[in-house]
Amino acid sequence: MEQQCINVIETMALCLTSSGVDPGLAQFISIFIGVILVAIFPLVLVIILIWLERKIAARVQDRIGPNRVGPFGLFQNIADAVKLIIKEDITPAGADRLIYNLAPIIATLSTTLMWAVIPFSPVHIGVDLSIGVLYFTAIGSIGTLAIMMAGWSSNNKYALLGAFRVVAQLVSYEIPMVLALLVPVMIAGTLSMQGIVVAQLGMWFIVPAFLSAVIFYISNLAETGRAPFDLIEAESELVAGYNIEYSGMKFGLFMANEFMHAFTANLLFAVIFLGGWSGPGATQLPVLGFVYLFIKTLIVYIPSLILRATVPRVRIDQMMSFNWKFLVPVAIVNVIMVAFLIQVTKAVGLAPAPGETDFLAHLPQSVILLLGNLVVIAGILTYLRGIGRKARLESTVVAKAHDVPQVAAH
Amino acid sequence: MLELNAQTIAFFVFALFSLAGAVGVVSSKNLIHGALYLIVSLFGGAGFFVLLSAPFMAVVQVLVYIGAIAILIIFAVMLTRSMTNMTELFNRQWWMSGIVGILLFVLLTIGVILPVWGENGINPSQPVSDNVATTEDLGVALVDGNQYVLPFQVASLLLTAAMIGAIVLARDTDTE
Repeated sequence: MEQQCINVIETMALCLTSSGVDPGLAQFISIFIGVILVAIFPLVLVIILIWLERKIAARVQDRIGPNRVGPFGLFQNIADAVKLIIKEDITPAGADRLIYNLAPIIATLSTTLMWAVIPFSPVHIGVDLSIGVLYFTAIGSIGTLAIMMAGWSSNNKYALLGAFRVVAQLVSYEIPMVLALLVPVMIAGTLSMQGIVVAQLGMWFIVPAFLSAVIFYISNLAETGRAPFDLIEAESELVAGYNIEYSGMKFGLFMANEFMHAFTANLLFAVIFLGGWSGPGATQLPVLGFVYLFIKTLIVYIPSLILRATVPRVRIDQMMSFNWKFLVPVAIVNVIMVAFLIQVTKAVGLAPAPGETDFLAHLPQSVILLLGNLVVIAGILTYLRGIGRKARLESTVVAKAHDVPQVAAH
Repeated sequence: MLELNAQTIAFFVFALFSLAGAVGVVSSKNLIHGALYLIVSLFGGAGFFVLLSAPFMAVVQVLVYIGAIAILIIFAVMLTRSMTNMTELFNRQWWMSGIVGILLFVLLTIGVILPVWGENGINPSQPVSDNVATTEDLGVALVDGNQYVLPFQVASLLLTAAMIGAIVLARDTDTE
């Protein structure tokens, strides 16, 4: 890339240098402002996200939602935030003070740190780590730790139960998530987030890796503790889950983190499967990349909100068996299938050359992979149909024998 | 001589993390605190990997040791509440682990530190090896027939066997 000052947004360090600032200092200022922006942006964004979620959930439930403070109730959450900040901060007696206070900070940190590797445009990315995909998986696992710290240090049995569930749920669903992520990594041939987006300039990965996209979306719902997998804070069973003892802004941090995490997960989905910032004119005008990325994120984020407002919560054993007996095997089969097909297309010569951005060059490989996906999906559906039929037959037999409705064994 | 730049400062911060964390693990009477100190210590280790330009190892350290193993340790400790507060700092085998610890320290000093930084050691300002490997090299090495494919497969087999063993042990023998 040519190194010269074009405008302040794209090449800030170079512009500062050309206006007479020391190059080292210019670099520092540019990175420093970048870090501040990347760290603050999700925290500010979350105010709008909560408003959006409350509005959509309200519409699903035939209500209006927040509508008093500001136009369309837009400032409701600012009022709520002010309330949370000035609320009394209570630390329960018997709580482990240090861990109790550290937990909300680490929870927020784990989500904010993920934004460091998200490519917003061809030139705007915190750090383009060569292992970006692994990085955010690793950072995500620190969030699990924060929730456990909160649950244990609160000295409350409901909080502890919530923390137990978190471990069971988040550690389990990490496995299909990582397996699903392997597929775009294999197709792109890189673990770097920017590399994955660049590899999608010809074809979005949702086409050749459709099944992985579905698995990633589902396990993301579980990872972020969203309905139907919101067992972490099942209020009918656990009162409020791991954050029951928290009040004031510490609770606010947990709540904001939850919304932020859900949005970040969908942002990652948009980056990995929907081409990130790619779109008409994005390579010429990088600012357009932001717009494309956020439109794509909203396309997957809003359905997840509607999903949250509509589906009931699954039972804990159903959730675990769904993961271990369904998602994980499907994800493993998917990885093997894609690895095999990629090698086949490479051997036959249908695979696009690395760095190829032409749509047609990507078409043969993508179609072959999509067909492979469809075959696996058809296989799964046939298998499920068999299981469902067997379960129904068994339940009718058992129900006749005992004259009580039976839950299927599977 | 030691020069003070960002890397040296980062090294000392990570060294402090790992050493203080390690001391915390063995000195805290609360097992949960011990497990959390272990995480701090492992985090310091991950930092060293970053400084050694091995980001893959750093992330694996966080993912596997902090994200999985440390969390499972905490989980196991949580389930055994009576164990969370220990009254004794030492148990009967303390001298055994002491001997092992000293032996390991001596071994590392003789085997690693002296050859590099000792009297006849390599110039420490020079890198120990010219071979700079990327994550890609690591991946290739693990599946290349001439390199480490066999150890890799054996390790995978071992892990699978351990997993199946755990499932068999945990299973209820009475049912069915």
